[in-house]
Amino acid sequence: MAKLKLAVWKFASCDGCQLTLLDCEDELLEIAGALEIAQFLEATSAIDDGPYDISLVEGSITTAHDAERIRAIREKSKVLITIGACATAGGIQSLRNFADVEAFTSAVYAHPDFISTLKTSTAISDHVTVDFELRGCPVSKHQLLELITATLAGRMPRVPKVSQCTECKLNGTVCVMVAKGTPCLGPVTQAGCGNLCPAHGRGCYGCFGPKENPNPQALSAQLADLGMASRELRDFYRTFNAGAPAFAEESKSHE
Amino acid sequence: MTARTGGSFILDDPAPLVDALRADGWRVIGPREGDGAIVYDEIETAADLPRGFVDEQDGGHYRLRESGNDRWFDYVVGPQNWKKWLFPARQKLWSATRTADGFDIDPEKVEFPKTALFGTRACEIAAIEIQDRVFDNGDFADAGYRHRRENTLIVAVQCARSAPTCFCSSMNTGPRAEAGFDIALTELEDGGFFVECGSDRGAEILDRIDATAADAAAEEAAQAVTEQAAQMQMRSMPENIAGLLKDSLDHPRWAEVADRCLSCANCTLACPTCFCSDVEDVNDLSGDHTERWRVWDSCFSLDFSYIHGGAVRRSTLSRYRQWMTHKLSSWHDQFDTSGCVGCGRCITWCPVGIDITEEAAAFAAEPAEPADAGGLET
Repeated sequence: MAKLKLAVWKFASCDGCQLTLLDCEDELLEIAGALEIAQFLEATSAIDDGPYDISLVEGSITTAHDAERIRAIREKSKVLITIGACATAGGIQSLRNFADVEAFTSAVYAHPDFISTLKTSTAISDHVTVDFELRGCPVSKHQLLELITATLAGRMPRVPKVSQCTECKLNGTVCVMVAKGTPCLGPVTQAGCGNLCPAHGRGCYGCFGPKENPNPQALSAQLADLGMASRELRDFYRTFNAGAPAFAEESKSHE
Repeated sequence: MTARTGGSFILDDPAPLVDALRADGWRVIGPREGDGAIVYDEIETAADLPRGFVDEQDGGHYRLRESGNDRWFDYVVGPQNWKKWLFPARQKLWSATRTADGFDIDPEKVEFPKTALFGTRACEIAAIEIQDRVFDNGDFADAGYRHRRENTLIVAVQCARSAPTCFCSSMNTGPRAEAGFDIALTELEDGGFFVECGSDRGAEILDRIDATAADAAAEEAAQAVTEQAAQMQMRSMPENIAGLLKDSLDHPRWAEVADRCLSCANCTLACPTCFCSDVEDVNDLSGDHTERWRVWDSCFSLDFSYIHGGAVRRSTLSRYRQWMTHKLSSWHDQFDTSGCVGCGRCITWCPVGIDITEEAAAFAAEPAEPADAGGLET
């Protein structure tokens, strides 16, 4: 059987998620052996015009040109998978969705008229059909490998949409919110990072975006009881997944 | 000294007991201070025990602080429980390797050295006994669980105080453990320990220690310690809750609690009796090697009720109702006991402090008309 063709694409992003693929050091040769890497500019300058069996898409849509480009990629891809908070929720750059982009460009650039950008930063799934979304800022190497392995085996990847609290409890991490009063987004955030922050005594920053049916309103009420002001609450939800609908909506209610 | 089951003794402090257990080849798991809480981990000497600490607990609130005295066991239950050891969060069940004409299965051997659970509270013994019924009911036995239990020795500590979240008295599971332990310690008001021998295995350990026989006054003092803990309890479970919930499936209270519930699963994962798990298969990139793992799961996850075509319990309302009615009501039908031991962990470790006793009291205060099962929210 011919090897499946893999393409890796970048939109508005920092490249960290596609670099996670190169970070799969021990497994990298095996991945390269199992797939034909047809397009992956971070790894090779060779370009194959497609079509592709699997496209991994990093980054958000922030320009009209990119909105066109993702449609062309979708047309050439059998399976399209988005990786990382930019591609799945608009990324940190979706902070522009809550502000006036023209005010930014005129304050930052000597010639703002040279800047051609959309008023919003949006997820890939707002523009084309996405077959699977892999969350995280950046994505977890473990989940990325599971995604590739499962795709090759023709099964659903095992990427639970449960809370970060689940990771804490499975790892025996003491709840920082209950035991220390530390503000934490864990109860509304999807697991998958490997329990990074709570295991080091920090609250969860929500890098993996909203969990399945999240209840940020109930969490905010408790965070307010712990002493967070309304503006702090607004900003708490406005980081890497600011554009994710559940977080965006909750942050707006604290404006 | 010659100990026997049912005998009782006096000991100045727990150090000789920890030493005797280890000298007899037991791994000792007990309470330790860790990350601002009492956690259960291996201890080497009594010096590892969190002496002089006391906890402060309420809905969604826990603080561990120095008590200002040198008592050994004034804290009560913390975020972890013994299922971490007896029913581990992640267990590999078997692995398989592709061969020329099929595949070979390699079952995972359960390794569990003989282990003393040191500092087990009455509610926790009740919880272990409930999990015993779940995992080893006579007809079916989880071989790994049975192996771990056979290699387990229980050294109980009788509670001298209760947290505001404790309600074991109303569940008839504490605060005094009457049975289910090999050895039990009561830290007496004026120092020293009243030691009860609960089994022949406990007697073998106690035989290694130089302790004096207890008199009737010491036994009376020990009873007074747990009596005092019982009187401190501020929460309780309504007695008729099992039947009440059966008639309350459509009660408006479910929607109110669902508004506050995060469906984060903390209550189930902190609960010492919740036993649900998921089985997951993982394979490597080549597809030549596969492993099957069992991992803690929760009825608060969407995938928990996934059947062909979708999840049965989609709303938080239906999931909270499933958890509470199973725990307090249908558990009786399934296992002839309540699934709740009154330890209060689900109250303390709920990030928003939802209180199962308060919810139960709300159903008791306004009983609903019997449910129309056809109209239940999923």
